[in-house]
Amino acid sequence: MTGESHSRRWGRMGGGFLVKLLLMGIVNAFGVSVILSAWQAQSWAILGVSVALLAIADWVYFSRRALPLKYLLPGLVFLAIFQVFTLAYTGYVAFTNYGTGHAGSMQQAVDAALIQAEKRLPDSPTYPLAVVRQGDEIGFAITDDGEVRVGTAEEPLSAVEDAAVGDGDVPTAVPGWEVIPRAQLLTDTTLQQLVTSLRVPVSDDAEEGSIRTREGSKGTIYSSSLEWDETGQTLTNTETGVVYSANDRGEFVGDDGSRLPTGWYVNIGADNFVRAVTDPSLAGPLLTVTLWTFVFAIASVVVSFAVGLAFALIYNDPRLRGRKVIRTLLILPYAFPAFMSALLWRGMLNAEFGVVNELFFFGSTIGWLSDPVLARLAVVFVNVWLSYPYWFLVSTGALQALPADTLEAATIDGAGRWRRFQAITLPLLLVATAPLAISSFAFSFNNFTIIYMLTEGGPAFPGNQARLGATDILISAIYKISGVSGGVADYGLASALSIVVFIVIGVISALAFRQTRKLEEYQ
Amino acid sequence: MSTVPLDERNSEGRNKARRKIWLAEVGWKYPLAVILIFYAVFPLLYVVSASLNPRGSLAGSSNMFSTFSASNFAALGETMYWTWFLNTLIVAGSAAVGAVLMGAAAAYAFSRFRFAGRRLSLTSLLIIQMFPQTIAFVAVFLLLLALGEVVPALGINSKLALIAVYLGGALGSNTFLMYGFFNTIPMEIDESAKMDGASHAQIFWRLIMPLVAPILAVVALLAFISAFGDFILAKIVLVSEDNWTLAVGMYQWVSNQLTSRWGLFAAGVVLAALPVLALFLSLQRYIVGGLTAGSVKG
Repeated sequence: MTGESHSRRWGRMGGGFLVKLLLMGIVNAFGVSVILSAWQAQSWAILGVSVALLAIADWVYFSRRALPLKYLLPGLVFLAIFQVFTLAYTGYVAFTNYGTGHAGSMQQAVDAALIQAEKRLPDSPTYPLAVVRQGDEIGFAITDDGEVRVGTAEEPLSAVEDAAVGDGDVPTAVPGWEVIPRAQLLTDTTLQQLVTSLRVPVSDDAEEGSIRTREGSKGTIYSSSLEWDETGQTLTNTETGVVYSANDRGEFVGDDGSRLPTGWYVNIGADNFVRAVTDPSLAGPLLTVTLWTFVFAIASVVVSFAVGLAFALIYNDPRLRGRKVIRTLLILPYAFPAFMSALLWRGMLNAEFGVVNELFFFGSTIGWLSDPVLARLAVVFVNVWLSYPYWFLVSTGALQALPADTLEAATIDGAGRWRRFQAITLPLLLVATAPLAISSFAFSFNNFTIIYMLTEGGPAFPGNQARLGATDILISAIYKISGVSGGVADYGLASALSIVVFIVIGVISALAFRQTRKLEEYQ
Repeated sequence: MSTVPLDERNSEGRNKARRKIWLAEVGWKYPLAVILIFYAVFPLLYVVSASLNPRGSLAGSSNMFSTFSASNFAALGETMYWTWFLNTLIVAGSAAVGAVLMGAAAAYAFSRFRFAGRRLSLTSLLIIQMFPQTIAFVAVFLLLLALGEVVPALGINSKLALIAVYLGGALGSNTFLMYGFFNTIPMEIDESAKMDGASHAQIFWRLIMPLVAPILAVVALLAFISAFGDFILAKIVLVSEDNWTLAVGMYQWVSNQLTSRWGLFAAGVVLAALPVLALFLSLQRYIVGGLTAGSVKG
């Protein structure tokens, strides 16, 4: 083996460098396109972050320093955006009233209020109008002083060149757009609905109003009956004279006590946390949910551990034939995808047609999933069915790793079977499995899938708005309150509850670390 | 162990006593095993029987293995099932490949390079990975809403966005598992290759990666299974039916029309679970080892 042959074997970096150039080219192209569209959408935060990330990426991969970062950066970028940032952002949202009615910035709320108050005024100007189409998108073309202007719901009116107008100045041909003939408009009712509900803004400024049409041949300017005074932060209704002023809760409140439906989100301090414990319609259900979350997580771990350990003790017996077959059959539930098992059990536990009632309870109609107590039992039962094989495997492994000489010495010293189990086997097993039990607890604590697939948290407590129920754990309660799947959204309160879960998980993990260390010392 | 009473001198009596002891010590475990296996396997047998039952409804599915027909499997073709199946493969497959590449690269850096902030990064990773991403789903939702305004491909209802979200959790959960494995590969191998003129990239791709292949397989499988089974993030991100994964789609079947679509559901379960089951059982030893090692080790 001479140096020469080695260097020939490793060759030059040529190919690798080309791949790197190609990959970095793709990354840069993607980065630049994101930066451009962020600029257009005026999302300054995304713009700043993508500029920074792109600069870092180029520096890391084209400089000779920062060698470790070449390997860490891809993972770190995803970790930073989709885990660290989201965790931090949860912390921020928890202190705001972000949600339905407070979903954007103040400017967005003002625009929405202006648009909602738009009316056709008696002296509103009207223009000859044609309905135009571009792919799936429809828009209006109007003729204003001989100039044709086109816009859609998203894009305000802008002038187009070389358009043709026909009778009564109605646009007949617009470059880049297909003009929809009147005849088609009169026969196609779904299109009619789209047209009559279409609102084309006159300009980027919501105060200038919009073009709308009733019949598809004349466009009228609808303007808002509200007037926005930016310096005074007030909206004035020009018809009734009511003045709405901004308050520190992110709302416009009128001097007659009324309130505009759209608000914006503001920092409201610890109000979400206070509300969770004082609001009578929330505090009760949430307390029950929290207690049940602990009960569910502890019961799941303890029972599955006990069952798995018992199975392992019984079937880790060298005198037994067919141990492998028995073991494989016993761990089948674990190999089965969990969400499918939960859905499967949901059908099996169905009160009317479920196989459990029909085969094992003589065709009775026990409401396994509709009675609060039974539903809780059922959830734990199913979770044990799902997770005991894990403990069975872990315990079997730990049993086989037990020091044989210690056990033998104990036998010689006259220790009985029970004594050996509780003085040697169990403590050693616990040392080996305690960290797993703790992470398993944390997993059960957040096991959204099984709860939601099996019962959806139900049966619901009577009379609470978020429809929290007897088997809801914190994470499924957060899901319902957040409204991410539709309904009334309360991101603020949901995030505040997420923070509570964070704290619980954090405390448990910290305890776990100390406990593991202590157990090891004890050993 | 066996303490045969002394007065039983004839061999017949001795055999009897031996059988008694065998029954007490070992024999009883067989009938018990039958019961326990029934507990473990019954739901799986039941779903197979329901998938073969041509009536296709939950009512009447209790007559197990009374009729056999593939009609439910055929009927899956008229639903969105195969679209969801494909979506699941795309999403979980990409998440698995991404998790392996990122996790391996990070583990390589932590294992082979000594750099400022190395210990701090390892500790931070250890702390971050304790907080599962799913708790922050509200923020994930809001983040994707904002991203979607700028880059529609990374917004709500995009599979790419869901993959990106899953990859966010890749580093935290896998790096430690791999880090431990990378450390078992002696540094001397790297050093001799370096002496021979190999670059760090060549060492990583051509030397280390083949040597750590078993752990790569385990991480890929774990990442695949966790993406395959994820419901909450997939439900939030994927809005339109043709983008759903199996978890979202099959949940919708069961939650909307539990009784009438039962046969379809059962057939879908059988088809989707079989490969996972086979894969899992064949790699069982590694997976359990992986779960144990990945839990709380620093």
